Amino acid sequence: MTEIGLGHYLTLGAVIFSIGVIGIFLNRKNIIVILMSIELILLAVNINLVAFSIFLGDLAGQVFTLFILTVAAAEAAIGLAIIVVYYRNSGTIRVEEIDELKG
Amino acid sequence: MIAHAIFFYTFSIIAVVSAIMVTVSKNTVHSVFFLILDFISISCLFIMIGAEFLGMIMLIVYVGAVAVLFLFVVMMLNVAQQKNQWFASAASSKHIPVGLIISTIIFFELIIVIGGWKYKPEIFDVNNSLKVSGLSNTHSLGQVLYTDYIHIFQISGMILLVAMVGAIVLTFRQRSNVKRQSYLKQISRERAEGVSVVEVASNKGVKTDD
Repeated sequence: MTEIGLGHYLTLGAVIFSIGVIGIFLNRKNIIVILMSIELILLAVNINLVAFSIFLGDLAGQVFTLFILTVAAAEAAIGLAIIVVYYRNSGTIRVEEIDELKG
Repeated sequence: MIAHAIFFYTFSIIAVVSAIMVTVSKNTVHSVFFLILDFISISCLFIMIGAEFLGMIMLIVYVGAVAVLFLFVVMMLNVAQQKNQWFASAASSKHIPVGLIISTIIFFELIIVIGGWKYKPEIFDVNNSLKVSGLSNTHSLGQVLYTDYIHIFQISGMILLVAMVGAIVLTFRQRSNVKRQSYLKQISRERAEGVSVVEVASNKGVKTDD
């Protein structure tokens, strides 16, 4: 219990990943919260990579965490720009009302 | 070790609770603030585990840039006070059991994978390049980042550039009835189209087109 190992960090990553997936599925409010759930999922992946990197003694995990951070920042910027454009065009970003593609 | 356990459980409980609050809170601004809290506690975990450079980068990038970007967009779009309608309409409540089932399955699959790592400890005997080097985390990360991973590093810079250009192109709006300076028009003006010499007869004056 008091010995914190790799399994504890991986479990924390799994819990946060699942919460992110739940957030994507259950959210009906607006798309911004879905983007935040994607950020949570990327955070869980980062936790896994850093925990493996530390406990296995290999630096590649931390380097890849750095690149995931970069890609996540770019993705957030592009996603928020798309949301702003969509809101300007249609006046809403509620998930239920975005149905122009009839998907 | 006991201090490690105490700090781990404190920060991870804060992280999990704030992750839940991100998804369930009614107000989007509160969601963003809980996301910030989540990132802060996870970066505390990173610093505690020994990856201090990534913890600090996470604070700078996420809390300093991404979360502020989210806040800007939330405040700009005026969606903060929309009512949460999970259970209000019957059409949306169909998603709830599906989402719960799928995320529970994913969670247990991840737990099974973690159990596989936990009960196979000989897999941990890979080369311990971190422990023997004796450098700080930032130093050793910089040594591999600019040598072995230089191409991926350059590509990530290009990704950031493309994201910046794309965000500007997407949100740039040309307004119609606004007077603004056109540099191209100014510098490409010739003398012939601006000035003309007219012969003025005495006591007649000049007719202009005004």
